[in-house]
Formats: sequence, C-alpha cells, structure tokens
Amino acid sequence: MSGQSLAEAPARAFSRPAIVLLVLLALALVSTGLFMTLGAKGSWSFVLSFRGKKLLSLVLVAYSVAVSTVLFQTVTNNRILTPSIMGFDALYVLLKTAVVFFLGIGALVAIDSQLQFLIEVVAMAGFSILLFRWLFLGEERSLHLLVLVGIVFGIFFRSLSQLMQRMLDPGAFNVLQDTLFASFATTDPTLLGISTLVVVLASAYGFRMMHTYDVLSLGRAQAINLGVDYRRTVMTILVLVAVLVSVSTALVGPVTFFGLLVATLAHSLVGNSRHRYVLPAAVLLAIICLVGGQTLLERVFAFDTALSIIIEFLGGIVFIALVLRRSAR
Amino acid sequence: MRYLLLAFAFTVLLAVVSLFVGVSDVSLTGLLAGGAEGRAMEVFVISRVPRTLALVLAGASMAIAGLVMQMVVRNRFVEPSTTGTTESATLGFLVVTLFAPGWPLMAKMAVAAVFALGGTALFLRILRVVPLRDVLLVPLVGIMLGGIIGALTAFIAYRANLMASLLAWNMGDFSGVIRGRYELLWIGLVCGAMAYIAADRFTVAGMGRDFTTNLGLNYQRVMVLGLAIVSVVSAVVLVSIGSIPFLGLIVPNVVSLIVGDNMRRTVPWVALGGAGMVLACDIVGRLIRFPYEIPISVVMGVVGSAIFLYLLLRTPRAAT
Repeated sequence: MSGQSLAEAPARAFSRPAIVLLVLLALALVSTGLFMTLGAKGSWSFVLSFRGKKLLSLVLVAYSVAVSTVLFQTVTNNRILTPSIMGFDALYVLLKTAVVFFLGIGALVAIDSQLQFLIEVVAMAGFSILLFRWLFLGEERSLHLLVLVGIVFGIFFRSLSQLMQRMLDPGAFNVLQDTLFASFATTDPTLLGISTLVVVLASAYGFRMMHTYDVLSLGRAQAINLGVDYRRTVMTILVLVAVLVSVSTALVGPVTFFGLLVATLAHSLVGNSRHRYVLPAAVLLAIICLVGGQTLLERVFAFDTALSIIIEFLGGIVFIALVLRRSAR
Repeated sequence: MRYLLLAFAFTVLLAVVSLFVGVSDVSLTGLLAGGAEGRAMEVFVISRVPRTLALVLAGASMAIAGLVMQMVVRNRFVEPSTTGTTESATLGFLVVTLFAPGWPLMAKMAVAAVFALGGTALFLRILRVVPLRDVLLVPLVGIMLGGIIGALTAFIAYRANLMASLLAWNMGDFSGVIRGRYELLWIGLVCGAMAYIAADRFTVAGMGRDFTTNLGLNYQRVMVLGLAIVSVVSAVVLVSIGSIPFLGLIVPNVVSLIVGDNMRRTVPWVALGGAGMVLACDIVGRLIRFPYEIPISVVMGVVGSAIFLYLLLRTPRAAT
C-alpha cells in the first residue's frame, strides 16, 4: 500500500497510513469472519449463503456511506458537512414518497423494482446537482450558513415526506413503509444485485479520478489554478455521491451520523489527507462498525434491530469528543 | 407600538378562526341558538376553547423559551430542540413512565423538567470547552448531544416496548387537547411572564459574562433563571402536546431581523409571533386533509424549515 509514489521520501517500509490501513484491514477481516461463522448451527452451505447475502448488503452500505461522505467533504472542502446532514438521504425518501403520492401506489408495484431503482438514482443525482449548484457554485458563502441550510434542508425534506405520508391512505402507507424502512437486520435481498452492479460501476469510474480528489481538497481556487476543470469534476463527483447515497438509503434507510463518524475517524487515524489512504480507511472503518457491530449485537447480546440506534449514539459521542479535543489544543 | 397592536389583532383573528374550524360544525348562530345546553356549545367549551388556548399558550411560551435560550447561550441558532433540552425532557418522561407510572402528570412533568435542566446544563458544560465564538459548532454540538440522548431514549424505549409512546411524544399534536388536559400549559405562560420581567437581565447577559459582572449583575443567577425557564417550558409543552420543532428558532430570528435584539421590546413580538405561527399551522393541519388532521409538528416542520430557508437564502450576506 505504501511507497508507490516518488514523492514519498521516507525510506521506512511502513508509513503511518499504511500501518493504520493494515490494522483496519485485519480488524475488518476478523469481524467479517466472526459474522460468517459465529454461532452457526446446521448446514454450512445454507448458513454461508444466508449470511453471505446479509454480509454483502452490510458491506455495500458501509462502502457507499464511507466513500460518499469522504468525497462530499472533499468537494465542499470541509469536514463537518456530510451528504446525510445535507439531507440527501431524506431527499431519497421524499422522492419515493412523492411517487406514491402523485402517481399512486400502483406505480410502485407495477414498475420493475430494478428499473425503478435506476430512475430514482437518476432523479436523486439531478436534484442533488441542482441543490449543490445553487448552494456552492454561486458566490462564496460562509460555512456556518451552509451547515445550517443543510440541516434545515434535511428537516424540510423529512417533514415534507411525513406530510405526504400522512395524507396517503393507510394501505398505500403500509406498502410505502415496507419499501422505505428496511433495517440492518432485514435488508432487502432483491436489490442486492443491482446495487452491487451500480456500486462497482460508480467505483470504477470514480477510481480513475483518484488523483484529482487530492487536488480538489486544496480548495476551489487552487484546484482551478492547477488545471482542474472544476465545474465538470465537481458535477461528476456529485453524481457519484448521489448514486452511492441512493444505494445505501435504498438498502437500510437513512442513518444520519454514520458517515460523519466514519469519515472523521478515518481522517484523524490516518493523519494524512491523501484520498489514497483516507478512502480505504473510511471504508474499512465502516465495515468494522457495521459488520462487527451487527455480529456483537446478534450473537453476543441477542438484540436484533437496534444497531442503527447504537451507531447514532456512538457517532454522536465520538464526534463531540473529537470536537472537544481539537478545540482544547 | 401600532404595529404591535396590529400583530395582536391578527393573532386574535387567527384564534377566532381556530375556534370555529373543525369536523363538528360550530358556528356563531349555532352557539346562540343552542344556548348553554346545546351540542355546539358543548363542543365549543370542551374542545375548541381549550384547544385554542393550548395553541396560544404553547406557541407563545415555546417561542419565548427559544429567545431566552438564544440570549443565554449567546448564539442565534439554538432552541430547546438544538441543545438537547427537548430530548432530555423526553428521556425524563420515559424514565418516570417506566418507574412510577402511577404518579400524577404534574409530578411527571417536574421530573421531565429536571431532566431537561440536567441535559441543558450538560450542553453548557460541553460548550465551555468549545470556543463560543464559533457560531457553527454550538448548534452542531447541541444537535449531536440531542442525537445521543435521543438514541439512549430510543434504546430504553425499544427494550421496554414503549416505542409507540415515544413516537407519540415526539410528534406534537393538538388534536388530543380537551378540557382538563391542557391546563399545565398555564405554567408556560407564567414562565413567559417571568422572562418578560427579567428581560433586561437577559439582554445584558447576552452581551457576555464580563460585561454582565461589570454592570453589577450576578451572571450565574441570570443563567440559572434562564435555563430553568427554558427547561420548564420544554417539559410542559412536551408532556401536554409533544415536541414542536423549529418554533423557538424561527420566531425569535424573524423578530430580531425586524425589531432588533433588545429583549424588553422583542418579548411581546416573539410571544405573539409564536402564538400566531402555531395557530396558523394548526388550522392548516386541520383543513388540509379535512376531516382528518395532520399533527402540528409535521406542518410546523414543513412551514418552519421553508420559512427559515427562505430567510437564510434571500439575502446571503445579511444572514451570515
């Protein structure tokens, strides 16, 4: 993982980021292994395929949340805003609700679920680009304003979808509820194939731009100065973020602080803002949190659906601790 | 002063509309024709009047609580739901419901208020480490703290099978208000009056600790008074109505854009604005899906966030 680039002068075999990544990789592998094997009874082929599907969806969610958050923070050039704080996942819920509200529940059932997913992703990307252009590409606005606007947008989307859901008839509401609120324990297996495909395609495209991310994180003026086609690059990244957010929200529903938790931890553990290190670190951390947490809850404490509650709890605490430590210096 | 009277008249108009809007048909002629015994009168006295009073009381006191909070914390973007206060009150209510279900509502409210006070004190304790000048971090830390306490509450409720009750508390709703079930809200009015009496102190406290001490005021005591007011109001509204998001944030901010920051002058405006806002939202909630009702926290969430976004983005420079 280390020493590919000439710029890295130190001749040490392992730099700090590399060690961090190795440790995280080991932890992620251990939690995956435990998730697959712990407490298994009966036929191995059944257990492995059953848990494999769950594992795949957890990993997909972890990957999407981590990558989308880190990229979004790069584009907006800050460490506090995340797609979910800006209300992107609430936007997804709103879109889905609006379809049922205006076209009727028939539309949700009649259209093939995979086609539907693709349409939703496209709509999400469109909306988020509009939102972003309006907020970030105009005149320079203060970060305070942006965070506040982001939080308020999130609440606005959530309230609007609640309002629409309240006005649906109970039958339609139930169907909608089912498609919206899967949890970590009961992710929807039918979406797995298409989600995997979408994530792999998005990542392949995003991977080619890896070097640009570091340049972008220097800020808008610097990036333009260094020859990056700022508008186009930012738009492309935003489409990627929208795609990934749609995937994770479709699989498990909105999780507000997870991305923030993972991205902040990754940045502070790696101690280096190169995306080559930060991105994999964030993904591995997310996998450890989700898979490890789910294993711990299911096998050790015998709870089932409370993981998202616990993640919000820990995410909040870690965040406050980090903020305090930084400002105490 | 003339504008204040105008605002007052408008709020009264809204209150009158609120009296006559609803599923059961109540009209002025019906009231007069039916006399004291009629069905219209019964609906009027048992349901409509208490509901309208509850709307006015809850709206005014929550808006004032938001204003006091903003003065005490010295930050524009705080209100009981962005400082962990509402969430702490919910936790307290849950705890007392679990361990002492038989207690009268008043006692439960008191426990919720104590928890709210504790949560807010914790928030302020955390803030002492964060540089207060950073406007961004204060509400962010508060929202995070609220999230943590909310998660803790959800976890307890989940284990105790009280998730449904928790959802009901989190969803502010005036449709359950009838005579005998809103009177606690008068405590909110008392708190509002106290805030008005102590308004000058809060204005001074809003300028900082050193400045306050310099003017011969006991800063600590003003802070405690402010926090007590905020906590009691949050607990009262939570216990009798449920949480109403955004109210304490947008009303004082809009008012301060127009009237300024002298609290003695803004309190009546904020009270009227809060009452008017809640009345309007509740009337909309009653009409939009007639004969069914939409809870006020949903309407308030949409309207409140939309107004706030508009205010923030209309003049980007002025808002920062």
